[in-house]
Amino acid sequence: MGKKRKEFLVKLISVLVLTAGALVVLVPFIWMFSTSFKTLSDVFQYPPKFFGEIFYWQNYVNVFETIDFIGMFKNTLIVTVAVAAGQLVTSTMAGFAFTYLNFRGRDTIFKIFLFAVMVPFYVMLIPTFSLMRDLKLTNTLWSLILPCVVSPFGIFMMRQSYLSIPRSLGEAAAIDGCSPWKIFTRIYLPLSKPAMTTLVIFTFMSTWNDFIRPLIFLTSNKNMTLTLGLYNLVGSYATDWGLLMAAVIMSLLPILILYLCLQDFFVEGIAVTGLKG
Amino acid sequence: MKTKKRNKDALWAVLFLAPAVIGLCTFTLYPLLDSLFISFHQWDLFGDMKFIGFQNYVDFFQDATGRKVFINTVVFTLIAVPIQLVMAFFLAVALNQKIRGVRFFRGAYFMPAIASMVSVSIVWQWLFNTDFGMVNYVIELLGGAKLNWLTNPNLSLWTIIIVSCWKGLGYNMVIFLAGLQGIPATYYEAAELDGCTGLARLARITFPLLKPTTLYVSITCVINSMQVFDQVMIITGGGPARSSSVLVQYIYENAFDYYNMGYASALGWILAIFIFVLAAVQFRFMGSDDYSVE
Repeated sequence: MGKKRKEFLVKLISVLVLTAGALVVLVPFIWMFSTSFKTLSDVFQYPPKFFGEIFYWQNYVNVFETIDFIGMFKNTLIVTVAVAAGQLVTSTMAGFAFTYLNFRGRDTIFKIFLFAVMVPFYVMLIPTFSLMRDLKLTNTLWSLILPCVVSPFGIFMMRQSYLSIPRSLGEAAAIDGCSPWKIFTRIYLPLSKPAMTTLVIFTFMSTWNDFIRPLIFLTSNKNMTLTLGLYNLVGSYATDWGLLMAAVIMSLLPILILYLCLQDFFVEGIAVTGLKG
Repeated sequence: MKTKKRNKDALWAVLFLAPAVIGLCTFTLYPLLDSLFISFHQWDLFGDMKFIGFQNYVDFFQDATGRKVFINTVVFTLIAVPIQLVMAFFLAVALNQKIRGVRFFRGAYFMPAIASMVSVSIVWQWLFNTDFGMVNYVIELLGGAKLNWLTNPNLSLWTIIIVSCWKGLGYNMVIFLAGLQGIPATYYEAAELDGCTGLARLARITFPLLKPTTLYVSITCVINSMQVFDQVMIITGGGPARSSSVLVQYIYENAFDYYNMGYASALGWILAIFIFVLAAVQFRFMGSDDYSVE
């Protein structure tokens, strides 16, 4: 009886602490939402109230009039889809070569890719910039896409997933006269759909949220992406919090919706990479 | 016959690996070596390069600002990483129980991790506003006085630390949670038969078995923290008086504000060496099993 009660108590305390913690973690989101529907005079009310005097959705309209939000959204989407598609192709192909094919130097090449996972982008900042300048690609969306199409991390992840596919499947197909290309497209690709979904989500998240590349490569408004657009908006409308919060919410929406629909893929994907290193 | 298959495989490998290898060489290996090359020169991005040997590295040790941002980065890492680890660990332990609403809690704690650092930094800048911010309002409710989170040089780095911990907590929790779920329930049952419960269970079973996960989380966390940038740019801009300025921001400024490409590259390599050493430690301790090609 004593033990049962103790267990119940531990659970009760856990739930209470977890609820309080979750509230603290979510407050910034809640407050951002509330502020986005306030007029400027309500924003600067002290003590702050959760609801303003009026429900001011005009902030959202103002975002479209202040910045080219649709253009930025479109640019970000183009870059994100292109990078995700590119990484999917290069990672699955390379991952297949590193698992199924037998060739000299395989381990060495793979180790170079593993090393590349660790290289921080900031050390490559200047050479990447001058490379893009020489290719006349600065201030184009290509400068955000091309350097990201190959992801050593994505290759590592796909290889990890292919390791769990029995070799005999491919070998049996090879005896029946299937080429490695067919084995790749007919066996490995269909069997790795969950890993591919995780990879796409990862890429989507990091590309959609990327700040440093747009910051150094983009100069004109025409090619602006969302993170850079928000950064510039803070610079010029620093105190119009209603407008800023509305812009932030709209920029978060796609990834938030994706998260709410595919929560398990987000979470389990990260868990898997953590476990496997 | 065997070699023939191997040769054929090699041809296919060229086909399958070509895009990845071309990309790796162009956008990782070449830039990495090129920045090492640039770091031994004086260069303004437009004119000719002038070879100056190790001067850029020597300059770093004599540059007061360079030292300041490096110390800030290290202090940030030394405070933010342990806080995140401890909180993420206990959060994971709490969530590993059979309680209602686990999915909701997990989803809520993970939410900061999916949003861009830029957007949540803007929100936090508003929350930390001295006169109208939510944070100071709560402090006043609890009987404290308003703090200048963004303009007090003794606080600005703490502001960055708080935001970073809030953002990183859920991510690290998820990895810990996966590690916990990998511990067989039978271990705990056996321990219970031997009368080992509560904290003793945590100390005797959970901690030792979670060592690899903890090592992985700590090292990734340190590597990421050493590269802190976005939140600094938005929340404080590194100010006031460089009190919250960090290494990557200084690299960016040297490169694109002062056009000191050589010095910026040298700073980049100092960061990179730090990270490579940490990564090497991780490989060593985790053993090579996880990475070997069978």
